[in-house]
Amino acid sequence: MRRRHFVTAAGTSLAAYALPAWAQQQASAGTRLLILLELRGGNDGLNTVVPTDGRYHDLRPRLALRDDAVVAFERGLLLHRELAPLQALWREGQMAVLHGVGYPQPDLSHFRSIAIWDTASASSEVLQEGWLTRTAGASPAFRKLAADGVVVGASDLGPLDGGARAVAVNDPSRFAQQAQFAPSQQIAARGALAHLLRVEADIVQAGARIRPAQRFATEFPRVPFGQAVAHAAGVAATRQTAVIRLTLPGFDTHTAQLPRQAALLGQLAQAVVALRAALTEAGVWQDTLLLTYSEFGRRPQENGSQGTDHGTAGVHFAFGPGVRGGQYGAWPDLNRLDRDGNPGFAIDFRSIYAAVLEGWWQIDSRRVLGRAIAPLPFLRA
Amino acid sequence: MPGRVGPLAVIGLLVTVGAGLAQSAVSAPLGTERARSFLTRVGFAPSTVEVERMAPLTQPQAVEQVLREAVTRAATSPPGWIDQKLLTARELRALGEAERMAEQRERVRQGFELRGWWLREMVATPSPLTERMTLFWHNHFVSAQPKVRYAQPMFRQNVLLREYALGSFGDLLHAVARDPAMLLYLDGVQNRRGQPNENFAREVMELFTVGPGRYTEADVKEAARAFTGWSLDPERFGFAFRRGLHDEGEKTVLGRTGLLTGGDVLDLLLAQPSTAEFITAKLWREFVSPQPDAARLDSVAAAFRNSGYDIRTALRLLLNQPELVAPQPEQWLVKSPVELLVGLVRQSGGRLEQPIGAALAAAQMGQNLFAAPSVRGWPGGEAWINTQTLLARRQFIERALHRPGLTVSDVPAINAEAGAEQVRRRLEVAVERAVRVDGAGWLTAAAALAPERPASAEDLQRLAASLGAVPAVGLPPAGSLSLDALRSLLLDPAYQLK
Repeated sequence: MRRRHFVTAAGTSLAAYALPAWAQQQASAGTRLLILLELRGGNDGLNTVVPTDGRYHDLRPRLALRDDAVVAFERGLLLHRELAPLQALWREGQMAVLHGVGYPQPDLSHFRSIAIWDTASASSEVLQEGWLTRTAGASPAFRKLAADGVVVGASDLGPLDGGARAVAVNDPSRFAQQAQFAPSQQIAARGALAHLLRVEADIVQAGARIRPAQRFATEFPRVPFGQAVAHAAGVAATRQTAVIRLTLPGFDTHTAQLPRQAALLGQLAQAVVALRAALTEAGVWQDTLLLTYSEFGRRPQENGSQGTDHGTAGVHFAFGPGVRGGQYGAWPDLNRLDRDGNPGFAIDFRSIYAAVLEGWWQIDSRRVLGRAIAPLPFLRA
Repeated sequence: MPGRVGPLAVIGLLVTVGAGLAQSAVSAPLGTERARSFLTRVGFAPSTVEVERMAPLTQPQAVEQVLREAVTRAATSPPGWIDQKLLTARELRALGEAERMAEQRERVRQGFELRGWWLREMVATPSPLTERMTLFWHNHFVSAQPKVRYAQPMFRQNVLLREYALGSFGDLLHAVARDPAMLLYLDGVQNRRGQPNENFAREVMELFTVGPGRYTEADVKEAARAFTGWSLDPERFGFAFRRGLHDEGEKTVLGRTGLLTGGDVLDLLLAQPSTAEFITAKLWREFVSPQPDAARLDSVAAAFRNSGYDIRTALRLLLNQPELVAPQPEQWLVKSPVELLVGLVRQSGGRLEQPIGAALAAAQMGQNLFAAPSVRGWPGGEAWINTQTLLARRQFIERALHRPGLTVSDVPAINAEAGAEQVRRRLEVAVERAVRVDGAGWLTAAAALAPERPASAEDLQRLAASLGAVPAVGLPPAGSLSLDALRSLLLDPAYQLK
């Protein structure tokens, strides 16, 4: 699809920030927000939501989580202890556990697999546009927003790549400040220069409107990811974008998995809790859906370095008032592993996207995904 | 050396592959514009002196010159700690809390100094091509300090890459596979018989040689067995083969069965035609254009392979392509953050005031040397430019022009005793003062323009042309003060391209 251009929509301007909350709501497009939490590197699902199958201990003599390392969210649902802060959301029915998320003919290469997730392609296809770029193209409501998506904490656009009106920022306030320069004339250009001119125009157009104005009472973790989460909350409160992606790197745990994954899952849980609190303050939590994703899970059999190698299906989570709390999919069958020692998938990730498209945004999912996929019913009607 | 393609054969080869060059075009002197384009493409944005030296040469002569001038060693003295003995894992575990924190701070400080050292070498080197090739291999055989931990092995890997940068790719591959930083980064040290770790085996195929889709998961598994036992001697911190950890059994990799060693696997990978294609395509995208021309590319790849993977041979063919001297708009390339920074200093006769600050500025622009975001390295090309990094580039240029008259002593040193907040503030100052460009001096020396005087339309054209081969998108209006015009042209999108 051709690059979408930023335009100034009637009624949305800097003046909107001086309006009280109810008027701001009117001024915004009213488009619900998707916050993607990318667990970069391939999160080990089996040590996130722990199987009760005895094979788990056989395959992981050293890595299997013992009783003191897990928390029971309910009978039979054991999560890594670091995820305990999420129990409140679980009890309120605002958390869905999605077991065995993957896709057919899995690719074990980081860059191929994340491209498959980001473009919603089949395993052997190579598509150029992110699935959210196609989504933006299919949605008139997105056009009223200052940006289709904002990426915080990574410089690649991932699912927003290939033409969406997306901005990558580390600090949205600083971005807004620096974005006030006169952009170059939009001359007819090709290749790298065309790209440069578009990015310039994106900066100037989006910068002023994605200026976080909200002060939060919520405290954010004092680590780099915590700061990124704070920025994401600020952007979310402006209601000027439909997608925010946060990236938490470090999940490629080939070695020393136990301490590394524990630290990361702790950060994930704190981030979700902080986002919920902050977005509730801002009055946008009811219109927000949080979704984790990752390029793959990891192999059930541990390796010789107290770690795990690349795998296939893994568990993911969805959070928010729009979620129908509960468990979906099926536990990975540790007795039926493929030639590489990896389990099959139970949920095709595209059925999650289909649910977001149809159920969250009322967009025809077939248009975006290029095929008919039954939406996973994890969202409330 | 068998199969080496010499200069005269290049001309024949270029004409044969239909590069569209008439014999006369190849033998015409470059002139100022084309020399400037060539030098920016093969190195960093050149000073007037460098351009004047190249202008009388033809492109083939210019290529021979830069190849001849390549070096295998850095001229800049390395930091003082490079021979420091590293703590073994046991010694590390024995440290108390305070000692451990001090050790970590020292490692971070050394990492900063390492980055600063390399930038100083890039600014000072008489052979920019050497540093561009070292950067290329740095981004190909990726290792990153956050995982390797120590700056010393990162330094040694850099020395290794520079030594082999324009030599034999086969030798380079074998040497890097045994390099301590690489062994740590891709878990080679963890890979042992019965407990294979596939990280290196996978990436050596997918990223270092044949490329994606040219091998199977079974190949990865078997190759990992072949690399078992490749380890580190903790005292020397050098490569050590541990026979006791090596899986000596029969293996099948890429269709070959035998009692394969790691070296055998590397040779098997080199024997695949797709390796030459993969490497050549990357080199094309680095020096020639974003989209390789299939016919020309195949021909260069074949020559590279037939030369026994002589990197100079590939470079000779690539650097003689017409895109290097007169690229069409679709063929323009994006300067990497380091090229932008180093180029601005070299081109303007400016100074690298704060090498560490400069390294941080490059990181803000998206290129943290010795710490690529993943084993894939920096994707490069248009991926360098997004909303965040473009702002960082603009900010870097503004700062470089903005603060005249600072001396180095203004900035306090960063030492091991500084607390975290102090370090952060000092680093912020270092970034702001990283590069100093004397705009007025530059205008006077390079463009014969008085900084505070209005410039005519012709002067502005001349100034714009002197900054780079890509035409400015927005020429400042006639009558602008020269210094204002310089700032405007440096902030123009064209300055980000080559």
